[in-house]
Amino acid sequence: MISIEHVSRRFGDGPDAVVALDDVSIEVPRGSIFGVVGQSGAGKSTLLRTVNALERPDSGRVVVDGVDVTALEGKALLKERHRIGMVFQHFNLVGNRSVVQNVEFALEAVGTPKAQRRSKALEMLDFVGLAHRADDRPGQLSGGQRQRVGIARALASKPDVLLSDEATSALDPETTRSILELIQRLSRELGLTVLLITHEMEVVKRICDAAALMETGRVIEQGSLDELIRTPGSRVAAELFPVGEAHYIPGHRIVDITYRGLSADRPIIAQLTREFGLDVSILGAALETLNGQQAGRTRLAVPGDASVSFKVIDRLTAQGVTAWEVHA
Amino acid sequence: MIDVNSPDFWPKLLEVMLEGTWETIYMTAIAMAITFVVGLPLGIVLVGTEQGRFLEAPAGQRWLGTAINRVLGFVVNLGRSVPFIVLMIALIPVTRWLLGSFIGTGPAIVPLTLVAIPFFVRVVEIAVREVDPGLFEAADSLGASRWLLVKRVLLPQAWPAILLGTATTITSIINFSAMVGVVGGGGLGNVALTYGMQRYSVLHIVFVVIILFVLVQAIQWLLTLAAKRFGAVPTRRGGKKAMTDAQAHLDADVPSTRSTTVPQSPH
Repeated sequence: MISIEHVSRRFGDGPDAVVALDDVSIEVPRGSIFGVVGQSGAGKSTLLRTVNALERPDSGRVVVDGVDVTALEGKALLKERHRIGMVFQHFNLVGNRSVVQNVEFALEAVGTPKAQRRSKALEMLDFVGLAHRADDRPGQLSGGQRQRVGIARALASKPDVLLSDEATSALDPETTRSILELIQRLSRELGLTVLLITHEMEVVKRICDAAALMETGRVIEQGSLDELIRTPGSRVAAELFPVGEAHYIPGHRIVDITYRGLSADRPIIAQLTREFGLDVSILGAALETLNGQQAGRTRLAVPGDASVSFKVIDRLTAQGVTAWEVHA
Repeated sequence: MIDVNSPDFWPKLLEVMLEGTWETIYMTAIAMAITFVVGLPLGIVLVGTEQGRFLEAPAGQRWLGTAINRVLGFVVNLGRSVPFIVLMIALIPVTRWLLGSFIGTGPAIVPLTLVAIPFFVRVVEIAVREVDPGLFEAADSLGASRWLLVKRVLLPQAWPAILLGTATTITSIINFSAMVGVVGGGGLGNVALTYGMQRYSVLHIVFVVIILFVLVQAIQWLLTLAAKRFGAVPTRRGGKKAMTDAQAHLDADVPSTRSTTVPQSPH
Protein backbone atom coordinates (compact mmCIF):
# COMPACT_ATOMS: atom_id res chain seq x y z
CA MET A 1 0.00 0.00 0.00
CA ILE A 2 2.79 2.38 0.95
CA SER A 3 6.18 1.75 -0.64
CA ILE A 4 8.98 3.99 0.42
CA GLU A 5 11.77 3.27 -2.04
CA HIS A 6 15.38 4.32 -1.44
CA VAL A 7 14.42 7.69 -0.05
CA SER A 8 17.17 10.11 0.97
CA ARG A 9 16.89 13.62 2.30
CA ARG A 10 19.49 15.98 3.63
CA PHE A 11 19.08 19.42 5.15
CA GLY A 12 21.62 22.16 4.59
CA ASP A 13 24.81 22.11 2.52
CA GLY A 14 28.46 21.27 2.94
CA PRO A 15 29.92 20.07 6.23
CA ASP A 16 26.93 21.33 8.23
CA ALA A 17 24.48 19.22 6.25
CA VAL A 18 22.32 16.88 8.28
CA VAL A 19 21.33 13.63 6.67
CA ALA A 20 17.75 13.08 7.82
CA LEU A 21 17.06 10.07 5.62
CA ASP A 22 19.72 7.80 4.21
CA ASP A 23 18.45 5.36 1.58
CA VAL A 24 15.34 4.35 3.48
CA SER A 25 13.06 1.66 2.08
CA ILE A 26 9.91 0.55 3.85
CA GLU A 27 6.99 -1.51 2.66
CA VAL A 28 3.65 -1.14 4.46
CA PRO A 29 1.10 -3.82 3.52
CA ARG A 30 -2.52 -2.79 2.93
CA GLY A 31 -4.64 -2.75 6.06
CA SER A 32 -1.73 -3.10 8.45
CA ILE A 33 -0.50 -0.87 11.25
CA PHE A 34 3.17 -0.14 10.78
CA GLY A 35 5.23 1.58 13.44
CA VAL A 36 8.51 3.39 12.90
CA VAL A 37 10.39 3.72 16.17
CA GLY A 38 13.51 5.61 17.03
CA GLN A 39 14.94 8.41 19.11
CA SER A 40 14.11 11.98 18.24
CA GLY A 41 16.35 13.12 15.42
CA ALA A 42 16.39 9.66 13.84
CA GLY A 43 14.54 10.97 10.79
CA LYS A 44 11.13 9.43 11.55
CA SER A 45 9.28 12.69 11.22
CA THR A 46 10.87 13.54 7.88
CA LEU A 47 10.12 10.03 6.65
CA LEU A 48 6.45 10.28 7.57
CA ARG A 49 6.15 13.61 5.79
CA THR A 50 7.47 12.23 2.53
CA VAL A 51 4.37 10.03 2.33
CA ASN A 52 2.00 13.01 1.90
CA ALA A 53 4.71 15.15 0.30
CA LEU A 54 4.88 17.68 3.12
CA GLU A 55 8.55 16.87 2.70
CA ARG A 56 10.20 16.16 -0.65
CA PRO A 57 13.00 13.61 -0.81
CA ASP A 58 16.25 14.45 -2.63
CA SER A 59 16.19 11.02 -4.22
CA GLY A 60 14.06 7.92 -4.17
CA ARG A 61 10.29 7.80 -4.39
CA VAL A 62 7.18 7.10 -2.35
CA VAL A 63 4.34 5.15 -3.92
CA VAL A 64 0.94 5.11 -2.21
CA ASP A 65 -1.59 2.70 -3.68
CA GLY A 66 0.14 2.81 -7.07
CA VAL A 67 0.53 6.60 -7.16
CA ASP A 68 4.02 8.09 -7.11
CA VAL A 69 3.46 10.83 -4.53
CA THR A 70 6.92 12.32 -5.04
CA ALA A 71 6.05 13.25 -8.64
CA LEU A 72 2.81 15.06 -7.78
CA GLU A 73 2.34 18.83 -8.00
CA GLY A 74 -0.48 21.33 -7.61
CA LYS A 75 -4.06 20.10 -7.80
CA ALA A 76 -3.09 16.44 -8.23
CA LEU A 77 -1.13 16.63 -4.98
CA LEU A 78 -4.07 18.19 -3.12
CA LYS A 79 -6.29 15.39 -4.41
CA GLU A 80 -3.83 12.73 -3.29
CA ARG A 81 -3.65 14.31 0.17
CA HIS A 82 -7.41 13.88 0.49
CA ARG A 83 -6.70 10.15 0.46
CA ILE A 84 -4.04 10.38 3.16
CA GLY A 85 -5.11 11.55 6.61
CA MET A 86 -2.63 12.77 9.21
CA VAL A 87 -2.73 13.27 12.96
CA PHE A 88 -0.22 15.26 14.97
CA GLN A 89 1.43 15.17 18.36
CA HIS A 90 0.06 18.57 19.30
CA PHE A 91 -3.27 17.99 17.53
CA ASN A 92 -2.95 21.17 15.42
CA LEU A 93 -6.59 22.14 15.75
CA VAL A 94 -7.71 25.68 14.95
CA GLY A 95 -8.30 27.07 18.43
CA ASN A 96 -10.60 29.92 17.42
CA ARG A 97 -13.04 27.65 15.61
CA SER A 98 -15.39 25.12 17.13
CA VAL A 99 -14.74 21.39 17.17
CA VAL A 100 -17.25 20.70 14.42
CA GLN A 101 -15.89 23.58 12.31
CA ASN A 102 -12.45 21.99 12.54
CA VAL A 103 -13.82 18.77 11.08
CA GLU A 104 -15.90 20.64 8.49
CA PHE A 105 -12.71 22.28 7.28
CA ALA A 106 -11.41 18.90 6.11
CA LEU A 107 -14.65 18.32 4.19
CA GLU A 108 -14.50 21.77 2.66
CA ALA A 109 -10.95 21.04 1.51
CA VAL A 110 -12.25 17.98 -0.31
CA GLY A 111 -15.06 19.99 -1.89
CA THR A 112 -18.03 18.51 -0.02
CA PRO A 113 -21.11 20.71 -0.66
CA LYS A 114 -21.92 23.07 2.19
CA ALA A 115 -25.29 21.46 2.89
CA GLN A 116 -23.70 18.10 3.69
CA ARG A 117 -20.68 19.28 5.66
CA ARG A 118 -22.33 19.72 9.05
CA SER A 119 -24.04 16.33 9.09
CA LYS A 120 -20.95 14.51 7.81
CA ALA A 121 -18.73 16.26 10.35
CA LEU A 122 -21.11 15.35 13.17
CA GLU A 123 -21.10 11.76 11.92
CA MET A 124 -17.29 11.70 12.17
CA LEU A 125 -17.41 13.21 15.65
CA ASP A 126 -19.93 10.61 16.68
CA PHE A 127 -17.55 7.97 15.37
CA VAL A 128 -14.86 9.13 17.80
CA GLY A 129 -17.41 9.64 20.59
CA LEU A 130 -17.38 13.45 20.71
CA ALA A 131 -20.60 14.52 18.97
CA HIS A 132 -21.77 16.10 22.24
CA ARG A 133 -18.78 18.49 22.24
CA ALA A 134 -19.31 19.67 18.66
CA ASP A 135 -19.86 23.33 19.53
CA ASP A 136 -17.06 23.65 22.05
CA ARG A 137 -13.70 25.14 21.20
CA PRO A 138 -10.73 22.73 21.15
CA GLY A 139 -9.29 24.58 24.14
CA GLN A 140 -12.16 23.34 26.28
CA LEU A 141 -11.32 19.70 25.62
CA SER A 142 -8.77 17.43 27.27
CA GLY A 143 -5.70 16.27 25.34
CA GLY A 144 -7.22 12.90 24.56
CA GLN A 145 -10.44 14.49 23.34
CA ARG A 146 -8.50 16.91 21.17
CA GLN A 147 -6.66 14.02 19.57
CA ARG A 148 -10.01 12.36 18.87
CA VAL A 149 -11.07 15.51 17.07
CA GLY A 150 -7.77 15.39 15.18
CA ILE A 151 -8.55 11.82 14.15
CA ALA A 152 -12.10 12.75 13.11
CA ARG A 153 -10.69 15.58 11.00
CA ALA A 154 -8.04 13.35 9.42
CA LEU A 155 -10.62 10.71 8.50
CA ALA A 156 -13.41 13.03 7.36
CA SER A 157 -12.38 12.72 3.72
CA LYS A 158 -12.53 8.90 4.03
CA PRO A 159 -8.84 8.34 3.29
CA ASP A 160 -7.22 4.93 2.77
CA VAL A 161 -4.11 5.85 4.68
CA LEU A 162 -3.61 7.39 8.11
CA LEU A 163 -0.27 8.91 9.06
CA SER A 164 0.32 9.40 12.76
CA ASP A 165 3.05 11.76 13.94
CA GLU A 166 3.64 10.86 17.59
CA ALA A 167 -0.12 11.04 18.09
CA THR A 168 0.03 9.83 21.69
CA SER A 169 3.32 11.35 22.83
CA ALA A 170 1.67 14.33 24.52
CA LEU A 171 -0.86 12.15 26.34
CA ASP A 172 -0.84 10.32 29.65
CA PRO A 173 -0.60 6.50 29.61
CA GLU A 174 -4.31 5.89 30.07
CA THR A 175 -5.35 8.32 27.35
CA THR A 176 -2.62 6.86 25.14
CA ARG A 177 -4.25 3.46 25.47
CA SER A 178 -7.69 4.73 24.54
CA ILE A 179 -6.36 6.63 21.50
CA LEU A 180 -4.41 3.55 20.37
CA GLU A 181 -7.52 1.42 20.74
CA LEU A 182 -9.42 3.93 18.65
CA ILE A 183 -6.79 3.86 15.90
CA GLN A 184 -6.80 0.07 15.92
CA ARG A 185 -10.59 -0.07 15.75
CA LEU A 186 -10.66 2.44 12.88
CA SER A 187 -7.99 0.54 11.03
CA ARG A 188 -10.06 -2.63 11.22
CA GLU A 189 -13.46 -1.11 10.54
CA LEU A 190 -12.41 1.16 7.70
CA GLY A 191 -9.63 -0.99 6.29
CA LEU A 192 -7.16 1.83 6.90
CA THR A 193 -3.47 1.39 6.37
CA VAL A 194 -1.71 3.12 9.26
CA LEU A 195 1.86 4.36 9.25
CA LEU A 196 2.83 5.77 12.62
CA ILE A 197 5.99 7.12 14.11
CA THR A 198 6.69 7.03 17.81
CA HIS A 199 9.46 6.91 20.35
CA GLU A 200 7.35 4.78 22.67
CA MET A 201 7.68 1.00 22.44
CA GLU A 202 4.35 0.83 24.18
CA VAL A 203 2.66 1.94 20.94
CA VAL A 204 4.33 -0.80 18.90
CA LYS A 205 3.49 -3.34 21.57
CA ARG A 206 -0.19 -2.44 21.62
CA ILE A 207 -1.26 -2.02 18.04
CA CYS A 208 1.47 -2.58 15.46
CA ASP A 209 1.58 -5.54 13.09
CA ALA A 210 5.00 -4.55 11.84
CA ALA A 211 7.72 -2.15 12.80
CA ALA A 212 10.94 -0.54 11.67
CA LEU A 213 13.71 0.80 13.86
CA MET A 214 15.41 3.97 12.68
CA GLU A 215 18.69 5.48 13.77
CA THR A 216 20.43 8.55 12.32
CA GLY A 217 18.41 8.44 9.14
CA ARG A 218 18.73 4.72 8.46
CA VAL A 219 16.44 1.77 8.97
CA ILE A 220 18.31 -0.63 11.24
CA GLU A 221 15.75 -3.41 11.07
CA GLN A 222 12.19 -3.90 9.92
CA GLY A 223 9.57 -6.58 9.56
CA SER A 224 6.41 -7.96 11.09
CA LEU A 225 6.55 -8.28 14.86
CA ASP A 226 6.58 -12.07 14.40
CA GLU A 227 9.64 -11.85 12.17
CA LEU A 228 11.39 -9.41 14.45
CA ILE A 229 10.85 -11.61 17.49
CA ARG A 230 12.26 -14.56 15.59
CA THR A 231 15.33 -12.62 14.52
CA PRO A 232 18.27 -13.38 16.83
CA GLY A 233 19.62 -10.17 18.31
CA SER A 234 16.72 -8.04 17.08
CA ARG A 235 16.91 -4.62 18.74
CA VAL A 236 13.18 -4.12 18.41
CA ALA A 237 12.60 -7.41 20.22
CA ALA A 238 15.11 -6.38 22.88
CA GLU A 239 13.26 -3.09 23.38
CA LEU A 240 9.91 -4.84 23.47
CA PHE A 241 11.10 -7.25 26.15
CA PRO A 242 13.67 -5.44 28.24
CA VAL A 243 15.82 -7.78 30.33
CA GLY A 244 18.63 -5.33 30.92
CA GLU A 245 22.36 -5.57 30.21
CA ALA A 246 24.06 -8.94 29.88
CA HIS A 247 26.77 -9.48 32.49
CA TYR A 248 29.64 -11.92 32.22
CA ILE A 249 29.29 -14.93 34.51
CA PRO A 250 32.41 -17.11 34.89
CA GLY A 251 31.96 -20.61 33.48
CA HIS A 252 28.65 -19.76 31.89
CA ARG A 253 27.29 -18.84 28.49
CA ILE A 254 24.41 -16.43 28.20
CA VAL A 255 21.55 -17.39 25.90
CA ASP A 256 18.50 -15.28 25.08
CA ILE A 257 15.31 -16.87 23.86
CA THR A 258 12.24 -15.21 22.41
CA TYR A 259 8.94 -16.92 21.83
CA ARG A 260 5.43 -16.17 20.80
CA GLY A 261 2.07 -17.85 21.20
CA LEU A 262 2.06 -21.51 22.12
CA SER A 263 5.75 -21.91 22.82
CA ALA A 264 5.35 -19.54 25.73
CA ASP A 265 3.19 -22.12 27.45
CA ARG A 266 5.48 -25.09 27.08
CA PRO A 267 7.94 -26.08 29.79
CA ILE A 268 10.98 -25.47 27.58
CA ILE A 269 13.50 -24.85 30.30
CA ALA A 270 12.45 -27.74 32.46
CA GLN A 271 12.88 -29.99 29.43
CA LEU A 272 16.31 -28.56 28.79
CA THR A 273 17.43 -29.29 32.33
CA ARG A 274 16.12 -32.84 32.13
CA GLU A 275 17.53 -33.62 28.68
CA PHE A 276 21.04 -32.23 29.08
CA GLY A 277 21.32 -32.47 32.85
CA LEU A 278 22.23 -28.78 33.00
CA ASP A 279 21.59 -26.37 35.84
CA VAL A 280 20.20 -23.62 33.65
CA SER A 281 19.43 -20.49 35.59
CA ILE A 282 17.18 -17.67 34.57
CA LEU A 283 18.72 -14.20 34.63
CA GLY A 284 15.72 -12.27 33.54
CA ALA A 285 12.48 -12.43 31.65
CA ALA A 286 9.88 -10.15 30.19
CA LEU A 287 6.42 -11.18 29.13
CA GLU A 288 4.11 -9.03 27.06
CA THR A 289 0.83 -9.21 25.27
CA LEU A 290 1.64 -8.26 21.70
CA ASN A 291 -1.40 -7.44 19.66
CA GLY A 292 -3.41 -9.71 21.94
CA GLN A 293 -0.94 -12.61 21.91
CA GLN A 294 1.49 -13.72 24.62
CA ALA A 295 5.13 -13.25 23.78
CA GLY A 296 8.31 -12.85 25.71
CA ARG A 297 12.03 -13.05 26.12
CA THR A 298 13.99 -14.98 28.70
CA ARG A 299 17.70 -14.72 29.45
CA LEU A 300 19.40 -17.92 30.54
CA ALA A 301 22.80 -18.68 32.02
CA VAL A 302 23.98 -22.05 30.68
CA PRO A 303 26.95 -23.65 32.47
CA GLY A 304 29.74 -24.87 30.19
CA ASP A 305 31.56 -23.77 27.07
CA ALA A 306 30.56 -22.82 23.54
CA SER A 307 29.85 -26.43 22.54
CA VAL A 308 27.25 -26.75 25.28
CA SER A 309 25.53 -23.48 24.45
CA PHE A 310 25.58 -24.50 20.78
CA LYS A 311 23.74 -27.75 21.62
CA VAL A 312 21.25 -25.87 23.78
CA ILE A 313 20.52 -23.31 21.06
CA ASP A 314 20.10 -26.11 18.53
CA ARG A 315 17.62 -27.92 20.76
CA LEU A 316 15.63 -24.76 21.52
CA THR A 317 15.48 -23.80 17.85
CA ALA A 318 14.09 -27.24 17.06
CA GLN A 319 11.30 -26.52 19.53
CA GLY A 320 10.28 -23.43 17.65
CA VAL A 321 11.70 -20.70 19.83
CA THR A 322 14.38 -18.29 18.74
CA ALA A 323 17.57 -18.65 20.72
CA TRP A 324 20.98 -17.03 20.39
CA GLU A 325 24.05 -16.50 22.45
CA VAL A 326 24.57 -13.07 23.97
CA HIS A 327 28.14 -11.90 24.45
CA ALA A 328 28.53 -9.89 27.60
CA MET B 1 -9.55 86.79 20.39
CA ILE B 2 -12.84 85.10 21.14
CA ASP B 3 -15.19 86.52 23.76
CA VAL B 4 -16.28 83.78 26.13
CA ASN B 5 -19.12 85.93 27.43
CA SER B 6 -20.64 86.47 24.01
CA PRO B 7 -24.12 84.87 23.85
CA ASP B 8 -23.29 82.82 20.78
CA PHE B 9 -19.96 81.50 22.16
CA TRP B 10 -21.28 78.13 23.35
CA PRO B 11 -23.57 77.39 20.39
CA LYS B 12 -20.68 78.27 18.08
CA LEU B 13 -18.24 76.12 20.02
CA LEU B 14 -20.62 73.19 19.88
CA GLU B 15 -21.04 73.63 16.15
CA VAL B 16 -17.28 73.81 15.57
CA MET B 17 -16.66 70.77 17.74
CA LEU B 18 -19.35 68.71 16.06
CA GLU B 19 -18.03 69.57 12.65
CA GLY B 20 -14.44 68.88 13.65
CA THR B 21 -15.33 65.58 15.26
CA TRP B 22 -17.36 64.52 12.27
CA GLU B 23 -14.50 65.38 9.91
CA THR B 24 -12.00 63.49 12.03
CA ILE B 25 -14.24 60.43 12.17
CA TYR B 26 -14.90 60.69 8.45
CA MET B 27 -11.20 60.91 7.50
CA THR B 28 -10.21 58.20 9.91
CA ALA B 29 -12.99 55.81 8.90
CA ILE B 30 -12.31 56.07 5.19
CA ALA B 31 -8.54 55.93 5.62
CA MET B 32 -8.89 52.88 7.89
CA ALA B 33 -11.31 51.13 5.52
CA ILE B 34 -8.93 51.52 2.58
CA THR B 35 -5.97 50.59 4.76
CA PHE B 36 -7.72 47.43 5.91
CA VAL B 37 -8.71 46.31 2.44
CA VAL B 38 -5.24 46.94 1.02
CA GLY B 39 -3.10 46.14 4.07
CA LEU B 40 -4.66 42.84 5.10
CA PRO B 41 -3.86 40.95 1.89
CA LEU B 42 -0.45 42.63 1.64
CA GLY B 43 0.45 41.58 5.19
CA ILE B 44 -0.64 38.01 4.57
CA VAL B 45 1.30 37.85 1.30
CA LEU B 46 4.37 39.44 2.91
CA VAL B 47 4.62 36.67 5.50
CA GLY B 48 3.33 33.91 3.22
CA THR B 49 5.98 34.44 0.57
CA GLU B 50 8.83 33.94 3.02
CA GLN B 51 10.87 30.80 2.49
CA GLY B 52 9.16 27.71 3.86
CA ARG B 53 5.78 29.39 4.28
CA PHE B 54 2.43 28.74 2.70
CA LEU B 55 2.89 31.02 -0.32
CA GLU B 56 6.60 30.53 -0.89
CA ALA B 57 5.98 29.41 -4.46
CA PRO B 58 2.89 31.10 -5.92
CA ALA B 59 1.76 29.24 -9.05
CA GLY B 60 4.56 26.77 -8.36
CA GLN B 61 7.23 29.43 -8.93
CA ARG B 62 9.67 29.88 -6.06
CA TRP B 63 11.36 32.89 -7.69
CA LEU B 64 8.02 34.66 -7.88
CA GLY B 65 7.51 34.24 -4.14
CA THR B 66 10.97 35.64 -3.42
CA ALA B 67 10.43 38.58 -5.79
CA ILE B 68 7.04 39.49 -4.29
CA ASN B 69 8.46 39.21 -0.79
CA ARG B 70 11.44 41.46 -1.55
CA VAL B 71 9.41 44.14 -3.33
CA LEU B 72 6.71 44.21 -0.64
CA GLY B 73 9.22 44.32 2.18
CA PHE B 74 11.07 47.19 0.48
CA VAL B 75 7.92 49.24 -0.14
CA VAL B 76 6.65 48.74 3.39
CA ASN B 77 9.96 49.77 4.91
CA LEU B 78 10.15 52.78 2.64
CA GLY B 79 6.63 53.85 3.62
CA ARG B 80 7.44 53.46 7.28
CA SER B 81 10.71 55.31 7.19
CA VAL B 82 9.38 58.59 5.73
CA PRO B 83 8.18 61.04 8.42
CA PHE B 84 4.50 61.83 8.06
CA ILE B 85 4.94 65.56 7.59
CA VAL B 86 7.39 64.92 4.74
CA LEU B 87 5.13 62.31 3.18
CA MET B 88 2.19 64.68 3.40
CA ILE B 89 4.02 67.46 1.56
CA ALA B 90 5.56 65.08 -0.94
CA LEU B 91 2.11 63.74 -1.76
CA ILE B 92 0.59 67.13 -2.56
CA PRO B 93 1.08 66.81 -6.34
CA VAL B 94 -0.23 63.24 -6.27
CA THR B 95 -3.31 64.24 -4.31
CA ARG B 96 -3.95 67.18 -6.60
CA TRP B 97 -3.67 64.95 -9.64
CA LEU B 98 -5.96 62.36 -8.01
CA LEU B 99 -8.66 64.60 -6.52
CA GLY B 100 -8.09 67.96 -8.17
CA SER B 101 -7.21 69.61 -4.86
CA PHE B 102 -4.98 69.01 -1.90
CA ILE B 103 -6.82 71.16 0.63
CA GLY B 104 -9.70 69.89 2.71
CA THR B 105 -10.95 66.81 4.47
CA GLY B 106 -11.27 64.59 1.40
CA PRO B 107 -7.75 65.14 0.05
CA ALA B 108 -6.31 64.64 3.56
CA ILE B 109 -7.38 61.01 3.34
CA VAL B 110 -4.70 60.29 0.72
CA PRO B 111 -1.63 60.87 2.93
CA LEU B 112 -3.45 59.35 5.93
CA THR B 113 -4.08 56.14 4.02
CA LEU B 114 -0.57 55.98 2.67
CA VAL B 115 0.97 56.35 6.10
CA ALA B 116 -1.42 53.84 7.65
CA ILE B 117 -1.00 51.04 5.13
CA PRO B 118 2.66 50.18 5.89
CA PHE B 119 1.89 50.40 9.60
CA PHE B 120 -1.08 48.07 9.24
CA VAL B 121 0.87 45.65 7.04
CA ARG B 122 3.30 45.22 9.94
CA VAL B 123 0.37 44.68 12.29
CA VAL B 124 -0.96 41.92 10.06
CA GLU B 125 2.52 40.49 9.61
CA ILE B 126 3.00 40.12 13.36
CA ALA B 127 -0.47 38.61 13.78
CA VAL B 128 0.14 36.05 11.03
CA ARG B 129 3.56 35.13 12.41
CA GLU B 130 1.94 34.28 15.74
CA VAL B 131 -0.15 31.53 14.15
CA ASP B 132 1.20 28.09 15.07
CA PRO B 133 3.06 26.63 12.04
CA GLY B 134 1.53 23.26 12.94
CA LEU B 135 -1.84 24.59 11.82
CA PHE B 136 -0.51 25.31 8.35
CA GLU B 137 0.97 21.84 8.23
CA ALA B 138 -2.35 20.31 9.24
CA ALA B 139 -4.16 22.32 6.57
CA ASP B 140 -1.60 21.16 4.00
CA SER B 141 -2.03 17.55 5.08
CA LEU B 142 -5.76 17.91 4.44
CA GLY B 143 -5.09 19.07 0.89
CA ALA B 144 -6.60 22.51 1.49
CA SER B 145 -6.28 25.18 -1.19
CA ARG B 146 -4.31 28.34 -0.32
CA TRP B 147 -7.51 30.38 -0.23
CA LEU B 148 -9.17 27.94 2.15
CA LEU B 149 -6.10 27.89 4.35
CA VAL B 150 -6.21 31.67 4.64
CA LYS B 151 -9.97 31.80 5.17
CA ARG B 152 -10.42 28.94 7.61
CA VAL B 153 -7.12 28.72 9.47
CA LEU B 154 -4.99 31.82 9.17
CA LEU B 155 -7.66 34.52 9.54
CA PRO B 156 -9.59 32.91 12.41
CA GLN B 157 -6.34 32.44 14.33
CA ALA B 158 -4.85 35.84 13.53
CA TRP B 159 -8.13 37.74 13.90
CA PRO B 160 -7.87 38.80 17.58
CA ALA B 161 -4.36 40.19 17.04
CA ILE B 162 -5.49 41.92 13.84
CA LEU B 163 -8.42 43.54 15.67
CA LEU B 164 -6.15 44.81 18.42
CA GLY B 165 -3.71 46.05 15.80
CA THR B 166 -6.58 47.79 14.03
CA ALA B 167 -7.27 49.75 17.22
CA THR B 168 -3.63 50.85 17.29
CA THR B 169 -3.77 51.76 13.61
CA ILE B 170 -6.95 53.82 14.07
CA THR B 171 -5.33 55.62 16.98
CA SER B 172 -2.36 56.54 14.89
CA ILE B 173 -4.58 57.66 11.99
CA ILE B 174 -6.43 59.96 14.41
CA ASN B 175 -3.05 61.16 15.59
CA PHE B 176 -1.90 61.94 12.05
CA SER B 177 -5.30 63.37 11.12
CA ALA B 178 -4.67 66.15 13.61
CA MET B 179 -1.50 66.98 11.72
CA VAL B 180 -3.24 67.30 8.34
CA GLY B 181 -4.97 70.31 9.86
CA VAL B 182 -1.71 72.07 9.15
CA VAL B 183 -2.05 71.71 5.39
CA GLY B 184 -5.69 72.68 5.39
CA GLY B 185 -7.25 69.32 6.11
CA GLY B 186 -10.25 69.56 8.41
CA GLY B 187 -10.94 67.78 11.65
CA LEU B 188 -10.18 68.40 15.27
CA GLY B 189 -6.58 69.21 14.49
CA ASN B 190 -7.73 72.12 12.41
CA VAL B 191 -10.02 73.27 15.23
CA ALA B 192 -7.14 73.24 17.68
CA LEU B 193 -4.99 75.13 15.21
CA THR B 194 -7.42 77.84 14.14
CA TYR B 195 -9.25 78.41 17.43
CA GLY B 196 -6.72 77.35 20.00
CA MET B 197 -3.46 78.57 18.55
CA GLN B 198 -4.45 81.43 16.30
CA ARG B 199 -7.23 82.82 18.50
CA TYR B 200 -5.98 81.82 21.96
CA SER B 201 -9.10 79.89 23.02
CA VAL B 202 -8.05 77.47 25.76
CA LEU B 203 -11.57 76.08 25.95
CA HIS B 204 -11.38 74.89 22.35
CA ILE B 205 -8.13 73.08 23.04
CA VAL B 206 -9.57 71.46 26.16
CA PHE B 207 -12.58 70.20 24.26
CA VAL B 208 -10.47 68.87 21.39
CA VAL B 209 -8.30 66.97 23.84
CA ILE B 210 -11.32 65.52 25.64
CA ILE B 211 -13.05 64.46 22.43
CA LEU B 212 -9.90 62.83 21.05
CA PHE B 213 -9.35 61.01 24.31
CA VAL B 214 -12.92 59.70 24.35
CA LEU B 215 -12.69 58.64 20.70
CA VAL B 216 -9.47 56.68 21.20
CA GLN B 217 -10.73 55.08 24.41
CA ALA B 218 -14.00 54.04 22.78
CA ILE B 219 -12.26 52.46 19.80
CA GLN B 220 -9.72 50.65 21.96
CA TRP B 221 -12.44 49.34 24.25
CA LEU B 222 -14.68 48.23 21.39
CA LEU B 223 -11.98 46.39 19.46
CA THR B 224 -10.47 44.81 22.57
CA LEU B 225 -13.90 43.47 23.40
CA ALA B 226 -14.32 42.13 19.86
CA ALA B 227 -10.88 40.50 19.96
CA LYS B 228 -11.67 38.83 23.29
CA ARG B 229 -15.02 37.57 22.12
CA PHE B 230 -13.46 36.07 19.06
CA GLY B 231 -10.24 34.76 20.48
CA ALA B 232 -10.58 33.65 24.04
CA VAL B 233 -12.11 30.38 25.08
CA PRO B 234 -15.23 30.95 27.19
CA THR B 235 -13.99 30.46 30.74
CA ARG B 236 -16.47 27.82 31.79
CA ARG B 237 -13.70 25.64 33.13
CA GLY B 238 -10.85 27.97 32.43
CA GLY B 239 -8.82 27.57 35.60
CA LYS B 240 -9.24 23.84 35.81
CA LYS B 241 -8.38 23.50 32.12
CA ALA B 242 -5.08 25.26 32.53
CA MET B 243 -4.23 22.85 35.34
CA THR B 244 -4.98 19.71 33.34
CA ASP B 245 -3.01 21.16 30.44
CA ALA B 246 0.01 21.68 32.62
CA GLN B 247 -0.43 18.19 33.98
CA ALA B 248 -0.62 16.72 30.48
CA HIS B 249 2.69 18.39 29.65
CA LEU B 250 4.31 17.03 32.79
CA ASP B 251 3.00 13.57 32.04
CA ALA B 252 4.42 13.71 28.55
CA ASP B 253 7.91 14.17 29.97
CA VAL B 254 7.73 11.13 32.18
CA PRO B 255 9.01 8.05 30.36
CA SER B 256 6.23 5.64 29.50
CA THR B 257 5.59 2.96 32.03
CA ARG B 258 7.08 -0.18 30.64
CA SER B 259 6.63 -3.65 32.00
CA THR B 260 9.00 -4.48 34.78
CA THR B 261 11.57 -7.16 34.28
CA VAL B 262 10.79 -9.91 36.70
CA PRO B 263 13.13 -12.87 37.02
CA GLN B 264 10.70 -15.62 36.26
CA SER B 265 10.67 -18.78 34.26
CA PRO B 266 8.20 -19.62 31.53
CA HIS B 267 7.73 -22.75 33.64
